[in-house]
Amino acid sequence: MIDIEGLYFNYDNEAVLKGLDLHIDARSTCAIIGPSGCGKTTLLYCLAGLLKPSGGRVLINGEEVKGIRRKTGVILQTNGLLPWKRAWGNTALGMKARGCDKAEIQKRVSDALKELDMLSHKDKFPAQLSGGQRQRVAIARTLVTEPDLLLLDEATAALDAITKEHLQNLLLRIYYQYPITMVLVTHNIEEAVFLGQSIVIMGEGRIRHRIENPCFGDKDIRSKPEFYSICAEVRKRLAEGGVL
Amino acid sequence: MKALLRLGSNRIIRGILLVLAAWYGLHFAVDSNIVPSPHNTLVALFKLVNSGLLLHMLYSLYRITAAVSIAILAGVPLGLWTGLSKRADSILSPVIYILYPVPKAAMLPVLMLLLGLGDLSKIMLIITIIVFQILIAVRDGVREIPGDLRMSVKSLGLSRGQTYIHLVLPAILPKLISALRTCVGISFSILFFAENFATSYGIGYFIMNSWTMVNYTDMFAGITALSLMGIVLFLLIDKAEHKLCPWVFLNESKQVTGY
Repeated sequence: MIDIEGLYFNYDNEAVLKGLDLHIDARSTCAIIGPSGCGKTTLLYCLAGLLKPSGGRVLINGEEVKGIRRKTGVILQTNGLLPWKRAWGNTALGMKARGCDKAEIQKRVSDALKELDMLSHKDKFPAQLSGGQRQRVAIARTLVTEPDLLLLDEATAALDAITKEHLQNLLLRIYYQYPITMVLVTHNIEEAVFLGQSIVIMGEGRIRHRIENPCFGDKDIRSKPEFYSICAEVRKRLAEGGVL
Repeated sequence: MKALLRLGSNRIIRGILLVLAAWYGLHFAVDSNIVPSPHNTLVALFKLVNSGLLLHMLYSLYRITAAVSIAILAGVPLGLWTGLSKRADSILSPVIYILYPVPKAAMLPVLMLLLGLGDLSKIMLIITIIVFQILIAVRDGVREIPGDLRMSVKSLGLSRGQTYIHLVLPAILPKLISALRTCVGISFSILFFAENFATSYGIGYFIMNSWTMVNYTDMFAGITALSLMGIVLFLLIDKAEHKLCPWVFLNESKQVTGY
């Protein structure tokens, strides 16, 4: 369970988050959507403990976030893979940081790469992988640390349309397979509707609207009329908030 | 024939052949013993290696290796400190910018007075020049680490030590190796100058001594020996780069596309 209470964040005296309140249930997904510069990435970084809020607080399972939390996994748009480490080394990095023993690293990394169909690419450097493959390695790297909260910052933004859909399907599968809460930041309406149980619309550092998504979980939803009606509602809310 | 063609396709061999061709051209154009022919020089080189030239080469190699090693040991930590700490940068960078352009070769007499006439003053002279190259390369390497990589490593919970091992050191390594290449070239130039003072060993001394004895063939043999030392060091650095930074040599155009 995530509770964000009166969250403020300033960059060089400019307020990016302006007293933001948000509740996200445990074992649910929440898509945060809004235009560039509305503060959605800053919000995600505050959730991850990567940024210290200027005011207010973030509570995860009742505990205030005061730094990097071991059970939080973060996937960035640029995947954040180290160019000098092979897929295997990148996947194992978080476990090494946690001091896991060799046998455990071997097993969990192998299982995660196999699960994401990347085991045959384990010896490749990120530069030898496609955009989608890199993101799958980034996901594997996060999953091996067994997170209870997965944060995604525009994780599919740099991918082509087909790869984007494959990755969105994969993320949905991961959500059902693992006991995690998923919060994703996106500027893609279709992605927000496909992956968000709740869709939160942000504008100018505040939450403008929240839409509960009745279609969530249906992997074939993209071809159904309900999908487009929710997309239309999100678009309308974005326009109402003056952000479209 | 195939073996010859294969030999010709090696870029080092091709480079040597081009230099030899130019050398022969100069030899015939000058038509004087000031520029001896390559074959006479190589014959002299082989003879000299067995009669003392090797010792001169080893002395020079020792001075360069010592200077480069000490410059790395001093320059890398200072570069890391300057790159990672704004406070250190504000203290050190102005000092670097003032001292870097000073012609350090002119300081040799001072160094000799302070450190004696032996190897120490010569090694120190090389260090005072190349340490800046290493320091600046490392500092810039640290500064150029992308913000998303820093964030990514931070989000994985890496400790300070682990961040150095997994992020900072690999990130600066290609720049450090590149700086090392420049440093070796500079070291040879400055060593040639330094070995002309208060020593009777070293390739610089050998070359200048042959010149004063009007023995141009030996002088050219010394220059050739110096070049060979340079080639060996550059090849070793290339080899180390391939071994330590394999990701640098990946052909981006051969990337896999699609999901």
